[in-house]
Amino acid sequence: MRQEKLIALILQAVALSALAGLLLITVFIFKEGLPLILRTGLKDFFFSSDWEPDAGHFGIMSMIIGSLAVTLGAMLIGGTLGLGMAIVLTQFCPPKLASFLKPTIELLAGIPSVVYGFMGVVTLVPLIRSYLGGPGLSVLAASIVLGIMVLPTVTSISIDALKAVPRTYWEGSVALGATRWQTTHMLMLKAARSGIVAAIILGMGRALGETMAVIMVAGNALEIPGSVLDPVRTLTSNIALEMGYASGEHREALFAAGVTLFAVIMIFNTIALTFARRTIRQGRGQ
Amino acid sequence: MDAKIETKNLNLYYGDYHSLKGVNIAIPPRSITAIIGPSGCGKSTLLRCFNRMNELIPGVIIEGEILLDGENIHQQGTDLIRLRRRVGMVFQRPNPFPLSIADNITYGLRVHGTPPGQKHSDIVENSLRATLLWEEVKDKLHSPALALSPEQQQRLCISRVLAIEPEILLMDEPCSALDPIATDHIEDLMRDLSESYTIIIVTHNMQQASRVSSWSAFMLMGELIEFGPTVRIFNNPRDKRTEAYISGRYG
Repeated sequence: MRQEKLIALILQAVALSALAGLLLITVFIFKEGLPLILRTGLKDFFFSSDWEPDAGHFGIMSMIIGSLAVTLGAMLIGGTLGLGMAIVLTQFCPPKLASFLKPTIELLAGIPSVVYGFMGVVTLVPLIRSYLGGPGLSVLAASIVLGIMVLPTVTSISIDALKAVPRTYWEGSVALGATRWQTTHMLMLKAARSGIVAAIILGMGRALGETMAVIMVAGNALEIPGSVLDPVRTLTSNIALEMGYASGEHREALFAAGVTLFAVIMIFNTIALTFARRTIRQGRGQ
Repeated sequence: MDAKIETKNLNLYYGDYHSLKGVNIAIPPRSITAIIGPSGCGKSTLLRCFNRMNELIPGVIIEGEILLDGENIHQQGTDLIRLRRRVGMVFQRPNPFPLSIADNITYGLRVHGTPPGQKHSDIVENSLRATLLWEEVKDKLHSPALALSPEQQQRLCISRVLAIEPEILLMDEPCSALDPIATDHIEDLMRDLSESYTIIIVTHNMQQASRVSSWSAFMLMGELIEFGPTVRIFNNPRDKRTEAYISGRYG
């Protein structure tokens, strides 16, 4: 019994260490970043695009817009494709093929992001430059690269959501004379809705947080983009690009940008989890 | 009397497993036919041949003829959508969709392209009245169907099928998830419905078969052993195996 208790205690400590890690990071970045936000003022920090660390101007609006633009673009591309794949793999494709394709898509998650960035720079950026104009390094390039990077997240969570829909719903629909496509869009997508929303939001979190690939293809110009062919700098890129030489208030401002990202991603994940839980409850027929 | 639906030398294989063995059965119209037999005898499989739901399982091979009003529905080119509109199915566990009550009823209408409008709300009311659910739910047609009690859910599933005006109702142990009182209510409903619909019910509950059906079919290990009027099957079975099952010696 003593041994049992000891083991339970050790396991609890291990489990708590994850929580402790999260707590430490949170406290640290808020401690480093929050004072500067308060000192600069919410308005001058979030709603000014004047970022001149040497002159003491810390407005991150252009980067917020940059982050939002590439995230939105990534979700338009990756969200649509990922949901489409999930529909095909769960509703239309033979189970054997699906059980081969799903791990293949999940394998995409294992490719290092620098490789995605590299592929983007060598293939995508020149294509955009010669066919659509602009510098090539752009919102569009970043959106496409990120869109592919979020595919595994969106696809595999959407697949799980669609698979969690009880088969009896599907049978009931088919027995009423519905075709596969009717069953899919009139019933399955509605029944799996909250899980699919969770998949999209988690994908957004991933797109928003991605750094390396974005630095390589987005151009990193500190301006508000006028079109999808313009270069942008995202919050994450900015932190990564400037952290190496920043000191004093500049360093604090980068942490403050981190606080912003952290808060947004936490909000995304909380929403996603709430939706995911709701799907599971519905799956149990309550 | 001409059969509403009949099978001729129907064989079904799940891979190597011979699940239905040369079944010949002719179901009379506008009556309740019960298919009884021990678990795994193929009664649900036979039921699912009538709306061709078995084909959704990979590796199923079906041979023989299935005639609906004399027309073979088991051949290439049969319009499955039309078939399933004519032959509706109610499942073992109530399976209302996670939609509102009204949307559950109109689901089949939308599937078959009936334009929405006044007609839809008439059909919603009529189908809910037919299963005596209308008075209970008329004020909450737009609330979720999953909030209903199991009995109400099963009534809703029956209404949902009635909304597309089928000719045959297949019921696969429709009361097995319900309590005795709810079972009694659903059985009353079946008797009412049998005046306008041909009902085929699979049940492992022999009392239920003798209570509601006019015709009974006894199946054992994939074979149809005996088919006839329920009264005769239960009181004077011709086959020893039927007698053994009815008197409770196996199953």
